[in-house]
Amino acid sequence: MRMDTDQLIRTLAQDNAHRARPVGFALMLALIAAAPVSLLMFFTELGIRPDVMTAMRNPFFDLKFAVTLALAIAAIAVSLHLSRPEASLRGFGWLLLIPAGLLTAGIGGEMMMPQRLPVMTRLVGNNSRVCMTAIPLMSLPILAGALIGLRHGAPAQPAVAGAIAGMLSAGLAATLYASHCTDDSPLFVATWYTISIALVTAIGALAGSKLLRF
Amino acid sequence: MREREDEWTGLMRSAISGDSAAYHRLLKAVTPVLRAAARRGLARAGQPVDQSEDIVQDILLAVHLKRHTWDVDAPFAPWLFAIARNKLIDALRRRGRRIFVNIDDFAEVLPGEAVAETASAGEVAAQLQSLPARQRDVLQSIAVDSASIKDTAVKLSMSEGAVRVALHRGLTSLTAKLREQ
Repeated sequence: MRMDTDQLIRTLAQDNAHRARPVGFALMLALIAAAPVSLLMFFTELGIRPDVMTAMRNPFFDLKFAVTLALAIAAIAVSLHLSRPEASLRGFGWLLLIPAGLLTAGIGGEMMMPQRLPVMTRLVGNNSRVCMTAIPLMSLPILAGALIGLRHGAPAQPAVAGAIAGMLSAGLAATLYASHCTDDSPLFVATWYTISIALVTAIGALAGSKLLRF
Repeated sequence: MREREDEWTGLMRSAISGDSAAYHRLLKAVTPVLRAAARRGLARAGQPVDQSEDIVQDILLAVHLKRHTWDVDAPFAPWLFAIARNKLIDALRRRGRRIFVNIDDFAEVLPGEAVAETASAGEVAAQLQSLPARQRDVLQSIAVDSASIKDTAVKLSMSEGAVRVALHRGLTSLTAKLREQ
């Protein structure tokens, strides 16, 4: 059987009426579908910390959400940008520095205040192991959803796009976890959250290099 | 060159707003450029250039299925060449060579260099057999026997809508199969 290129072109032109949804729409649907799984994991295994009303008056508790949400939102924007084949990180990658900048400012702020606990105690905290387990595990359903949504796009570098999808899902999972965790020091966040997020980013890069090729 | 690319952008805008004839003209216009670049890439990788048509068809399918990622306010050529470059690298890698493909390989193709189809492509047609029956029948009718959607609907006693759906699904599964091979 033969199909010369003219025949293929004619066939494609006949399919011109088909309209695909934008990648942003597909990503949003996939995230909405995946979120309940992570929420279920969170509420059955962890739950919001009991003293949340008092904790909210602590700026360092609030800072955790600013950092993790900034990461998630920046990663969503970068993911959508990278879903176009001619796009690169240039011009957009700096968005990912916003959460890092917020965290650095938080560390500086904490350093300037009198503290009851020594630096190492604050950094090590009480929940590092839970943090490093819960964030990656709650990320996985969201990462799966993000990758399914982003398969709609055409990223030139699938591994990079997958890594950003990892950051996106880790940012959302860390937002959930932050409401459970009683360690509020930016030093704790900078250490253990970062390790967890890096792990999910690596998983995302690996999965992306396979799944986001087009 | 500039003029050519502006014309492509205009055609693609018309295509997106539903003008299938403009889409057909656009695909016809870009194909010789893609073919010349594919040949150049194959030659540089020490591969026989008569495989270029498989790569051209692969690029055209990707252009078709990913055209929603093109921003209508942006020029079309950089988007096209990015898709083409990606597919060409993939194709060369599948053939066991890893080479650097410069995006200028596409942009710099001169009109005189654009060559006509010589050897025919086999990969896309070969994958047809592995599709689900309905998609295969519809693609066979439209792509191989050159029937229209209407005639295909009559021939296969399907509604035109069902033919359109099967056609799009068929193209999507063909592309997926080419990627997996």
